[in-house]
Amino acid sequence: MSVVPADVLPGAALAAEGTAPEPAALGPRARLWPSLAAVYRAQLSRARVARIPLLFVATFQSVGIMILMRGVVDGGSEARAVVAGSAVLVVAFVALNLLAQYFGQLRAGGGLDHYATLPVPPAAVVLGAAGAYASFTVPGTVVTAGFGCLLFGLPLTHLWVLAAVIPLSGAALAGLGAALGLLAPRPEFATLLGQLGMSAALLLGVLPAERMPEAVRVVRDLLPSTYGVEALARTFAPRPDWALVLGDLAVCGVVGVLSLAVATWAYRRAAVR
Amino acid sequence: MSTRAVQAFRHDGDTVCVVRGLTKTYPAVRGRRGVPATPEVRATDDVALDVRRGEIFGLLGPNGAGKSTLVRQLTGLMRPDRGSVRILGHDIVRHPERAARILAYLGQESTALDELTVSLAVETTARLRGLDAKRACAERDDVLDELGLTPLAGRPLRKLSGGQRRLACFAASLVGERPLLVLDEPTVGMDPIARRAVWSAVDRRRAEQGATVLLVTHNVIEAETVLDRVAVLDRGRVIACDSPSGLKEQVAGEVRVDLVWRETAPLHVPEVAALQDRAVESGRRWTLRLGPEEARAVVATVTGGAAFAALDDFTLTTPTLEDVYLALGGAVRQGLVKA
Repeated sequence: MSVVPADVLPGAALAAEGTAPEPAALGPRARLWPSLAAVYRAQLSRARVARIPLLFVATFQSVGIMILMRGVVDGGSEARAVVAGSAVLVVAFVALNLLAQYFGQLRAGGGLDHYATLPVPPAAVVLGAAGAYASFTVPGTVVTAGFGCLLFGLPLTHLWVLAAVIPLSGAALAGLGAALGLLAPRPEFATLLGQLGMSAALLLGVLPAERMPEAVRVVRDLLPSTYGVEALARTFAPRPDWALVLGDLAVCGVVGVLSLAVATWAYRRAAVR
Repeated sequence: MSTRAVQAFRHDGDTVCVVRGLTKTYPAVRGRRGVPATPEVRATDDVALDVRRGEIFGLLGPNGAGKSTLVRQLTGLMRPDRGSVRILGHDIVRHPERAARILAYLGQESTALDELTVSLAVETTARLRGLDAKRACAERDDVLDELGLTPLAGRPLRKLSGGQRRLACFAASLVGERPLLVLDEPTVGMDPIARRAVWSAVDRRRAEQGATVLLVTHNVIEAETVLDRVAVLDRGRVIACDSPSGLKEQVAGEVRVDLVWRETAPLHVPEVAALQDRAVESGRRWTLRLGPEEARAVVATVTGGAAFAALDDFTLTTPTLEDVYLALGGAVRQGLVKA
């Protein structure tokens, strides 16, 4: 080492530091897709292990609502709205409400430390969990939509559109649920926000929009689940307007990307305090 | 950066972790209904440490001494207010995300893994530590076998006993080789067989990979048997740092006498009454720290004569790290565990 005091020379700190041994090589970073797949698989297995009973509750709830509404509406656009709303309600229940609770509890219980001390991209953790919760909704949504079509005499022809509605509204609502769960300062808040989000999806999605006051309709338009409901409801028409269906799904997709980005940011923020 | 700081940062290749001036203060919390106010707490106070390659370095202190807060700052989970952390030449304060690629951390919570099976918990952790699918499975099988967890591989963590769950989390921290293992009370709730599995797994990694271990514990017996060096923490400060035997030499002149009375101490015996001021009383137990001569005299007094009738049990022991902690001025009388 030089005898000249290090802080006399410009850039000396760098030179002096250079005399120390090189920093050790870092371990590998987990890449996005493999780690996303690993998180997704682990989360999916929780359904089997934990037998999340609420998955069934979600379906029963939606089926029950449709049976109740059967006495009130007698077909036409209102019946379409009820069936579509009940089907998407399953997505809201699981992807928004349960995921918000899960992340809220994970954050409060120190579970995020596990992921934060692994070299995994934050997006992999958030997308893996969101994807798994969106997948949990598939059986319930399909059963609800199928049962509703039979109950109200709607055509089953275009139910294939669920293949787009579930992932896109699932992304939007799971992103929202993850963000709420990770941003809530306490787990009770996360539970509360998740419940409120689901109640909003229930009231604003299932009840026919035509009967709502103007102010409530604005709130309805702000809720991402609405666009999933609209897209599905349109396909029950005798001649669906596919451009509008695509438009609604596009809104779900955009909200999904944005809310998942916010959730990823919230995860990063929650992981290092 | 000053010259002194640069020199402090220079690691000679044998120091794995260099900590200087690490300070973290939790802000005061105003009281709410049902929740009392808490004043500002300095959780770590100007902490300096050097952990050498290949050693098991311990952080010992009672609950609330700041051990976990310190470890969270070393693992990049918490940003310190001041101070520096260098692990294998990497600045962890500036680049907390690098910690995950240098060290494996076993925290106190298992929430993230609770609903997974043991096998999937370990495999997923291996994948997230950057291993490809084939290696993750191979390492999973090896570590489950090594720790005797293979029979439990298909059971979810939350269905296991506390000690088994801890062992499964420990298994997850071992996959994907890391030069530094940071273990926060790894053996809590474990039976002796599981503990032995943990320490032999740790020893194997030290011998074969030159791994370094930073261990948080409040168990003095464990600290004395497994640690190469130990930093004793009290209210966020390091009050001593040496090998366990080196620390015990500081109180070598003392012997610890524990007297357990049948019901109450026989204070009508003058020799016993004279000891009362110097004894730490906890229920029927009196603990005394005395010079060897004096200890002998006390034992002679209580095992003969009038006091003996009131005596249930007595022990005479050489000092432990707990005595060191108390002799150094450790404030908390309870909280260290001997088991």
